[in-house]
Formats: sequence, C-alpha cells, structure tokens
Amino acid sequence: MNLQHLLQLQQLMVVLAAMALFTSFVLLEQTRLVAAIHAFAWQGMLVAMVTVIVAASGAHAHLFFSAALTLGLKALLIPWMLHRLVRRLGLDRHSEPLRRPALVIMAALALVIFSYWLVLPIVRQELIFTRNIVAVSLAVVLIGLLMMVIRNQAVAQVLGFMSMENGLFLAAVSATGGMPLTVELGVAFDVLVAMVLFGVFFFQIRASIDSLDVDRMNRLTERTDEQ
Amino acid sequence: MPAALLCAEAALGLALLSAVTSLFSLRVPRVLRLLATPLIGLSGLAALTAGLVALLNGHAATAELPLGLPWLPWQIRLDALSGFFLSVIGVVILAVGIYAPAYVRDFEHSRDSLPSLGGFTGLFLTGMLLVVLADGAFVFMVAWELMSLSSYFLVAFHHDHAANRRAAYLYLLMAHVGGLAILLSFGVLAAFGGGFGFDAMRGADLAPGWASGAFVLAFFGFGLKAGLVPLHAWLPEAHPVAPSHISALMSGVMLKVAVYGFIRLVFDLIGRYHWQWGVAVLAIGSISALLGVLYALMQHDLKRLLAYSSVENIGIIFMGLGLALLFLATGDERLGAVALVAALYHSLNHALFKAVLFLGAGTILHSAGERDLEKMGGLLRRMPWTGLFFLVGCIAISGLPPLNGFVSEWLTFQAALQVWQLDSGVLRSVVAISAAMLALTGALAAACFVRVYGVAFLGQARSRAVRRARPAPLGMRAGQGLLALLCLLLGVVPTAFIGVLSEVPRQLLGQGLTEATAHGWLWLTPVSPQIASYSAPLVAATLFVTLALGLWLLGRGIRRVRRCGAWDCGFAPPEPGMQYTATAFAQPIRRVFGLLFHIEEGVAQQPDGRRRHFLRVHDRAWGLFYLPVVRVVENAARQVTRLQSGSVRVYLGWSLITLLVLLWIIA
Amino acid sequence: MNLVTWGLALWQALLYVALAPLLVGWIRKVKARLQNRRGAAIWQPYWDIYKLFGKEARMAHTASLLFRAAPYLVFTATWLAAAAIPLVATGLPTAAIADVIVIAGLLALARFFLALAGMDVGTAFGGMGASREMLISALAEPAMLMAVFTLAMTAHSTNLVSVVEHQLTNLDLLQPSYLFALAGLVLVAIAETGRIPVDNPSTHLELTMIHEAMILEYSGRHLALMEWAAQLKLLLYGALLANIFFPWGIARETTGGALGLGLAVVIAKLALLGVVLAVSETVLAKMRLFRVPAFLNLALLLALLGLLSHVILEVGA
Repeated sequence: MNLQHLLQLQQLMVVLAAMALFTSFVLLEQTRLVAAIHAFAWQGMLVAMVTVIVAASGAHAHLFFSAALTLGLKALLIPWMLHRLVRRLGLDRHSEPLRRPALVIMAALALVIFSYWLVLPIVRQELIFTRNIVAVSLAVVLIGLLMMVIRNQAVAQVLGFMSMENGLFLAAVSATGGMPLTVELGVAFDVLVAMVLFGVFFFQIRASIDSLDVDRMNRLTERTDEQ
Repeated sequence: MPAALLCAEAALGLALLSAVTSLFSLRVPRVLRLLATPLIGLSGLAALTAGLVALLNGHAATAELPLGLPWLPWQIRLDALSGFFLSVIGVVILAVGIYAPAYVRDFEHSRDSLPSLGGFTGLFLTGMLLVVLADGAFVFMVAWELMSLSSYFLVAFHHDHAANRRAAYLYLLMAHVGGLAILLSFGVLAAFGGGFGFDAMRGADLAPGWASGAFVLAFFGFGLKAGLVPLHAWLPEAHPVAPSHISALMSGVMLKVAVYGFIRLVFDLIGRYHWQWGVAVLAIGSISALLGVLYALMQHDLKRLLAYSSVENIGIIFMGLGLALLFLATGDERLGAVALVAALYHSLNHALFKAVLFLGAGTILHSAGERDLEKMGGLLRRMPWTGLFFLVGCIAISGLPPLNGFVSEWLTFQAALQVWQLDSGVLRSVVAISAAMLALTGALAAACFVRVYGVAFLGQARSRAVRRARPAPLGMRAGQGLLALLCLLLGVVPTAFIGVLSEVPRQLLGQGLTEATAHGWLWLTPVSPQIASYSAPLVAATLFVTLALGLWLLGRGIRRVRRCGAWDCGFAPPEPGMQYTATAFAQPIRRVFGLLFHIEEGVAQQPDGRRRHFLRVHDRAWGLFYLPVVRVVENAARQVTRLQSGSVRVYLGWSLITLLVLLWIIA
Repeated sequence: MNLVTWGLALWQALLYVALAPLLVGWIRKVKARLQNRRGAAIWQPYWDIYKLFGKEARMAHTASLLFRAAPYLVFTATWLAAAAIPLVATGLPTAAIADVIVIAGLLALARFFLALAGMDVGTAFGGMGASREMLISALAEPAMLMAVFTLAMTAHSTNLVSVVEHQLTNLDLLQPSYLFALAGLVLVAIAETGRIPVDNPSTHLELTMIHEAMILEYSGRHLALMEWAAQLKLLLYGALLANIFFPWGIARETTGGALGLGLAVVIAKLALLGVVLAVSETVLAKMRLFRVPAFLNLALLLALLGLLSHVILEVGA
C-alpha cells in the first residue's frame, strides 16, 4: 500500500491536515460564536503543528519560528482578541441558526471533491504526497470563502477570512517548505493589524445600524440617501 | 430449443384467447371468472416455462410471426435476456391468474363492463409478452403501443370519477411522449444500421455523438415508462386507480418491461459505453430511490404508497444498471456482470414482492372496502393469511434477511464497493455517496413498511367497515401465498437462481458470473470469497433453529397466556382513536426532510362553523418540472394560434407560400 | 473450517450471550460511582433476567400473535448478528456466513419486529416509540454504511475477519480515514443502542422514551428476552469498535493460550469502553428528539470525511 512508503512524520502530517479540514467544517456549521472561535483556535494549533513537523523533517530551521508565530498569533492572541470583542459586544450567548444546513454541508463536500479534482493533473510520483496536502489546503480556503458567503454575522465572516489564511499558510508550508521569513513576518503583522481594525469597525457599525448583521449593512446607503 | 419458442408463442396465443373469450362475458358474466382469467394463468405458466428453458439453454432462437408487412416481417427472438424477463412476467401473471377469479366476482354485480376488463387485460398481456420477444423495431413499437393503449383502458376502468379520468389521461399522454422518444432512438440506430431489425442495429457503427443521443432518448423514453424521477408523476396517479390485480401487473411487470427495453437498447444494441452515461444513470437512480421512498412515507392511500414505493425500487434497479455501465466503460467486464446481475435480481424480486403487496391491498379493498390507511387497523385478526403474506411482502421490500429483497440489495452494495478497483478518485467518492443514499433509502423503506403494516394490520380497527372485514376467499389467498413462498425461496437459496441468471450477462457481455456460485449452493460469493460471502441458507437455518429451540425451551409458551388491559396511565382504557395514526408515525420524518416536500398545512373553517386541521403533501416535481413545461407548451400553442386569423385569403396566401417554397426546394 | 472452528464459533456465540449483562452491570456500577453512590452489584442484571423469567407473562387484549413471537425473533436476530463479529478469535467461519452488511441487515430485522411489536397493542406509546426509533435508525444507517465503506475500501473486503487481519498487518499506520470512521461509528453506536445523549435507557417518562416505549407492554419471559437483546446489542457494538479499530490481542490461532489471552484482552477493552461510555453519559444530557438529526448528520459528516481522506490522502495517483 502507498501509505507504507511514507515516513511516520508524513503520516502524522496527513492526520493533522485531515483534522484541519474537519475543523473548517465545524467552523462552517457552528451556530454559537464562542464555540466557533474555539474551533478556529484549534485550526490554528493544527496548522502550527504541521509547521513544526515540516521544520523537524529538516526543511528550513526558521520554520520553528514560523510555527511559534502561528501558534502565538492564530491559536492564542487572535482568538483571545475575538473573545474579548464578542464579550464587549454582548454577543457571547449569541447563536445564529443556519438556514439550510444540509445544503451547506453538501456544498462544502462538493468543494472538497472539486479541490481534489483540480490537483489531479500533478502526477509526478515524488510530488503525490504534497499534492494531496495541497488539495486539502485548497479545500480549507474554499470552505473559508463559503463561510463568508453563508454566514451573515460580521464576526463569523472574520473567522471565515482568517480560516482562508490558515488554509493558504498550510498550502505554503507543505508545498514549498514555508515562505521567506520576511514575508512571514509581514503577513503575520498584517493579520494582527486587520484584527485590531476589525475590532474598531465593529463598534462603529453597530453604532450606525444597531446590529452586526452583514445583510443589514445596505441600510448604510439608505441612510446617506435620506440625509 | 424450438420448444422454448413454442411455449412463448403458446403464451401469446393464450393471452389473445383470453381477450377473445372475455367478449362472451357480455352475455354470460361467469365466463370472465371461469374461463378468461384461468386462461391468463395458463398463459403465465407457458411464459414462465419458456423463459426458464431459454435461460437454461445456451443460445438464442428466432422465429417469424405471420403478421407484419411484406418487406418488414415480424421477427421474434428468445435469448437469455428475453427469457429472464419472460419468466418474471410469467410468474406474476400466473399468480394474478390464480388471484383474479375471486376478485372479479365482485364486478359481476356492478355496472362495470366485463368484456372490456377481460379483453383489455388479455391485450395488455399480449403486448407485454410481444415486447420482450421482439427482434425488430417495428414489432417492438407495435407491441409497446398495444401495451400502453390497453393499459390506458384498464386505468380508466372506473371512469365515473373525474379524478380517475384525469389520471388516465395523464398516463396516456406521458406514455406517448415516452414512446416517441423510444421511436426516435430506434430511428437513430436504424439510420446507422441500415435496417429496422435488431441484427442490423447491433452491427451499426455509431458516431460517438449520435450514440450519446440515442442513449439519452432511450433513457428518457424507458425511464419515463419505468417511473424515474422527475418523469414519474403518472405512476402515483395511474396505479392506484386501476383494479387491484391490474395494479399488481402494472407495477410488478410493466415497469420491468421498461427496464428490459433499456437493457436491450443500451447494453445490446448500442453496445459501447461511456462512463458519463453510468454516472448519469446512477445519479438519477439514487435520486429516484430516495425521493420515491420519502413520498411513499407521506401517503395514506395504500395503493398510492405502493406506487411511490415502486418508484423507489426502480431507482435501485437503475442504480445497479448505472454501476454496470460505469464498470463496463472502464473495461472491467467481470464487475459489470456483477452489477448487471444485481439489477436483474432486484427486478425479479421487486416483481414478486410488489405483486404480493398490491394483491394484498386488493384483498383489503375487497374485504373491507377501504383503501385509506387511516381507517384500517387490526386486520391481522380478521384476515390472518393475508396478514401473513403481506408481512412477508413487507419484510422482503424492506430488504431484510433472510428474504429476497436483502439479497439483491446486498449484491448492489457489493457491486458498489468494488469501485476501489477504479482509478478515478472522483468516481470512487461519487459511487460511495450514492451507496450511502441507497442505505438511507433502505432504512426509510423499512420505516415505511413498519408504518403500513403496523397501522393496517396491527392495533385496533379505526373504522366500522374494517372492524367487520370478512376473510379473503381461497383463490386470493393462494395467489398471494404463491408469491410469498417464492420470496422466501429466492431469499433462502439465492445461489441456484443466480447461477441460472448469470446466463444473461454471459450472452450479453460475454462474461458470466462464475465466481458467484463456484463454492457450492451454500455460499454466494459475487467477486471472491475473501472479499465478501453470504450464506443465505445457513443464516436462515440458524434463525429458524434458534427460534425453534427458544420456543421449545421456554415451552410454557404453548399454554394460553393470560390477557389483561393495556397500560393506560390510570386513565380511561385505550380507544382506537388514541392510537398513532399513519400521518403521526411519519411526522418526525416529515419534519426532518421537510424541504423536499411541498406541504400545505393549516386550519380551515368549514361551512358548518367547525374548524378542521388539514395536511396535504404534494409532489414537488409538479411545481418544478411539469407546470413550467405545461406553461411553455401553452404559450407556444398560443403563438401558433395566431396563424388562425379567420380570413380565407390569408389561408390561401399561406398555401401559395408553401407551394413556392416546395417548388424551390425541388428545383 | 473444521469441527474445531465450528465448535469455537458456537462457544463464542454463547460467550456473547453470557457477557452481555455483565457489560451493562459494569456500566451502571461505574455511573453509580461517578454519582457518589455505591450502586448495585455488577451481577445485578443477571439476577434481574433470572427474576423476569420466573414471572408470568401477560398480554393486552388487543395484542396479536406477532406480539408473542416478536421477543424470540428480536433476540435471535440480534444474537446471530453478534455471533458473526469476532470477539476472541479471528479464524472462525461465522464471518464468512455473514459480512458487515448482513450484520446491519440482521439488526434491521430485529428493529423491524421490535417496532411492529410496539404498534401491536394499539396504544399511543408504542406508536410513538416505533416512529422515533425508525427515524433514528433511518438517519444512522447511511453514517454506519459510510464508515463500513471506508473500512472496506482500505481492506478491500466487507468480511470482518479480513478487515481485522488487514488492521493487524498494518499496525503502525495512523490513518485519518480510520480515525474519522471510528468517530462516526461511535456516534452511530450511541444512537443505535439508545444511550444518552440520544435516548435514556433508564427513563420511564412517557415523552422521553424511545426503546422503552416499544417494550412497555411486555412482562415476564418476553421482557427478559427483550432486555437481554438490548444488552446484547450494546455488547455487539462494543465488540465491533474494540476489535475492528483496536484489534491487538485477538487470537489468530486456535490454541488454548492464544484464546485465553484473547478473552482477557477483549474483556479489558470492553471494560475500558464501558468506563468511557459511563463518563460520557454522566457528563452529557439527553437531547430533544429533533436535535438527534443534527447529531447523526455529524456522524455522517465524519464518515464522509473519512472516505474523502481515504480517497484524497491515502491512495496514490
């Protein structure tokens, strides 16, 4: 069997990638915001663990630093900030039911199969393993985008955006052994700044339209027309 | 070898004779019961014999009927595929022939026309038998039309109700649309083959685009007649309305004739396969299966429920055929044979258990005059034998061991599981998802038939007519008993039957199913014993022995058990109205799958001032598919009526223009 | 397949029947301890069954012959399904008679007659139990079949002995498909055996019963058989999970030593599973009926992800 040719570490990577895909499904379906934030934290931790494994298999030593950065940022700092934001907005018991959960799950599964079909043209034997992980990462990105389309709570949309970034990072780490360190740092700080801005904007939006429902943001245009 | 063909011709002749003798029942009503229906039974027996002999032989036989046009004679051919379907048709006709005399006795005292009942039944059977035997497009289409038209008259038998007339009209309309598609498909094949005989079509060298076109037309036409979603709307309207033994024939046999047509056209005449066809057939089959059973769960008219359940089982048969096409397209003939055998065995099983259930519904109608599940209850005590045979039918249709429905579903699952041998990961996922849909369908079918049996036969009677139901006459019980016994037999010793059945893929595809029966009559091993094996006789024997042992050990069960009241929480004793109704039983499923139905529920004010709750579940296909098509056709027709301006000069002008155009074309 | 293996198969079947009440007693004991009670002895279910066999069986006026025959049918079908799952040894011929799909079919047969028995008396409780049970089983079937499919696609067989042997020869593999299939099957097992959070096995509140509602009218030896069949079903699912996903220690030859070791190991595995079940039952609360579809959809999602991981991540080009 094919799997017997892989090293132990690669097997562990495969398991972690599959669990990251599962967390993106959980993020998609989870109705309670606090639980969704926890799922996002788990996803960040899984991606950090994959980075550690790639670093340990001797690719690039700076990946240990990347892993620590991802863990600190994605699994600890950003979830903490979101949690604090949610508590200040008074949304911690908020739960937003999904309108057609079965259709959403079917769409997400179709996206997974589609990502797999997309990477099929890569047939070089030594790239098969990377190709499979890239398929899973692409699925995580697409499901993150689907989440942004389906959910109409602003905080949930932020989570979708962040999980897209997780997927991209996972693809980069497994396919190319990580990005150059400067790019890493730049992206990480961009994400942090984005988080802070989101926090500020959410209060503004809520003050304007009294809710954080993205569909109601079209009221902003009506207001300016009335004035 | 000619013996088989002689038997087949005898079957045709007997069916026609039955139609002719029914004409005498205008003067002597008893003729229908005493002569015409036993002739039907004999015709069925002849067809069964012909089919079995043809299956056991190694080769095909042809003959020419003395009808048809001088340059386009009527050829008939009896090979393994025809023989199989002939035996399926024959066994159901035989059972109906035993059942019908007692059933039609009721019609002797009513105003309904006996000659038309007997005559059209005979013609219907002749049509079906001739379709299966046909060896040319001409014979095929004539027999197909004969079958459709005579069944229209049978569906319209109780034509005094407007609803029945509407159902019959819908049936006629859709049957003809389907027939047109089949005719066009034959046309494509004949154009490339250079002749209307099946031999010419078999040798035709089709361009790939045209082959797909012929396939799509055949799938549309035969799928409509078989009742695949979304072309199934006529089934639940037409099948309940016909007399019960005709419903059994229509659901049990006519749908299989459509399956035969599909197999003959695609696997035999077109002969080349694309994996896209397999995926399309598999997808539509899975959707039909799931939607069929879900709609069946929402019905409370017993015969309508059974009609929707036929949609489900046809979906399962087409899933097997889709898998066969997939495997054959990737070049794996052995697995294609496994899938084809699974589909064929399910056709046989469905014919048997659906006929039992429809005949049982007919018996309930005869004994209690009731078709509505909400008015039945406790029938097991009034009609014990019918109840036993109906239970066998319910267990078989739910796909539970040790009966036959389980064997064919097991074979379909095993065929789907072999998909690991395919290269494409996408195909493997798609097939696995449709196998999960098949599992959901099977579990929902079990829920549906627990509901039917529990509400109709168990508990307490919910209406006076049912409380006083009279037991069924011997002929009706015997007909049902024969079919129930066959269900048991086909479930407990499937290997022998599958061994005989594997002649069909051997002749069609060149590859038999030698592995399946290679390990003796005890084991069924479709692919290989290490992959999967099932020993139906041992499972059935163990169940029986353990059951007997348990009953003997706890032998005090033979003594009378003391009776008492049921648990009533200390309030009043349980009334029949306190029981769970059929609608209540299906309510959780209605809530979970609510999006797939079109549900109208509310409280309406009645003229006498009372308020009443109503719940109506409609088929979504009407709103999504049929009504838009009807609107398009009506709009187009309205545009065309503008040609009718009423002025004579305009009409002459049109004639002039047409004449000019034709002259120009000829020049 | 010789006389020795058939004798061992019979011994294994009898072992199933003998051990089922012990597993339930153990789970109840652990739950009691977690709730700070002493609880009944772990042998209590045996005494309950013995007591019930001694009592007289009564039937309602409206019950029919099917009501009398159902307990025997349910017990026999569940027992036959259990006997086909390898408990102590793998080389036995029962797995060739009935593969995983047949086992699911036999459990469905048992459930069919259980539901019919519930509807037979003509009261509202039985109908309610039957209707809820059929909903839950309908939603659990596709998840179970998907998990089976994932296992069968890896081991290329639905024969349970082949699957166990495949697992034993690829011991060092940590496959995401197996992990997802295990998670999905655990959720399905909870739903099918009627444990918290799907159904409470010790409730008799009318509106919360599912399994109990169907057997409400039974008494005496009939009730003993129904209860024993439910315990057998729990042991069946426990053995399935323990021996398919963690098969180490199962006897591969028919020597006395291997069999003894196999028995000890399986008892230890089942005891551990019992502790896990007891802890989860204490920590979780029972869900309302219309939350159960979400629970089972999660099981189906896990099984589907297992299949997709197998197709995408584990097989090559």
